[in-house]
Amino acid sequence: MEIGLNHYLVLSAILFAIGLIGVMRRKNLLMLFFATEILLNSVNISFAAISHYYGDLTGQMFAFFVIAIAASEVAVGLGLLIVWHKSHNNIDLEQMSTMRG
Amino acid sequence: MFEAIAFYLFAFLTIVMFFITVTTAQALYALTSLAAGMIFISAFFFILGADFLGAVQIVVYSGAVMALYAFGMMFFDTTRDVKEKKGNSLIIFGLSTLAAFLVVVIFVAPMVTDNITAFYPIIEGVGNTQEVGVVLFTKYLIPFEVAAVMLLVAMVAGIVLAGKKMDLSLTEMSDAEIRDMREEKNKKVLS
Repeated sequence: MEIGLNHYLVLSAILFAIGLIGVMRRKNLLMLFFATEILLNSVNISFAAISHYYGDLTGQMFAFFVIAIAASEVAVGLGLLIVWHKSHNNIDLEQMSTMRG
Repeated sequence: MFEAIAFYLFAFLTIVMFFITVTTAQALYALTSLAAGMIFISAFFFILGADFLGAVQIVVYSGAVMALYAFGMMFFDTTRDVKEKKGNSLIIFGLSTLAAFLVVVIFVAPMVTDNITAFYPIIEGVGNTQEVGVVLFTKYLIPFEVAAVMLLVAMVAGIVLAGKKMDLSLTEMSDAEIRDMREEKNKKVLS
């Protein structure tokens, strides 16, 4: 029962699918952010796995930058969400479909 | 053998946790199961020998990001159940599966055809943190600095966006002042 690269890639694909389901079915924007975190994490797993099985550190480097991007995305996204919630008192996606300026 | 047991255990736990995250109607359950899933994912990094990445995963995700989400959720009404989009679940499931398979193909395709040689090979007998440090501060120095600037920009943006009227404290103001503020705000909305 040797765990190979394909095991990790399949796991990453399953987690990515779960994240995509979340992105498609959620209406609450906070839940949408959770789903994007799942997407980014599933990609990180495959980066680390490829880095390990090919003896190359580049995959880990990319995983670091993905983590940095996820952190800044959360900061800016939550800031925007708070501003929206202050003015409209909800964070539903359907009410944002038109930009009234 | 232990690697296999650990892999399947953590794979199962991660999938269950993330499944709860995307399906539950309670925001708090989603938040906690997401945090648990993040920690289980760091286990994969430790199995794969990327110790530093695993530590960063725990610190950044379950430390910073989860704290930020928990802080943000205090602003929103989280006791209310989350309403869902009414969509065709078959289409959603099919599209997700298709996209996931595409991801696998994208990852696997070049490896089958090409003979890959390591760009920055992992050296035996050197700690993972040391290797990561050397590569990050020589070959990836400019992306590292750009990421630092990006984080700074994100921090400033977060403060500017969320920090509006933070100098006003509702607990220290008198009732009349709060009423005045509300009326002023309503006037702005109506006009």
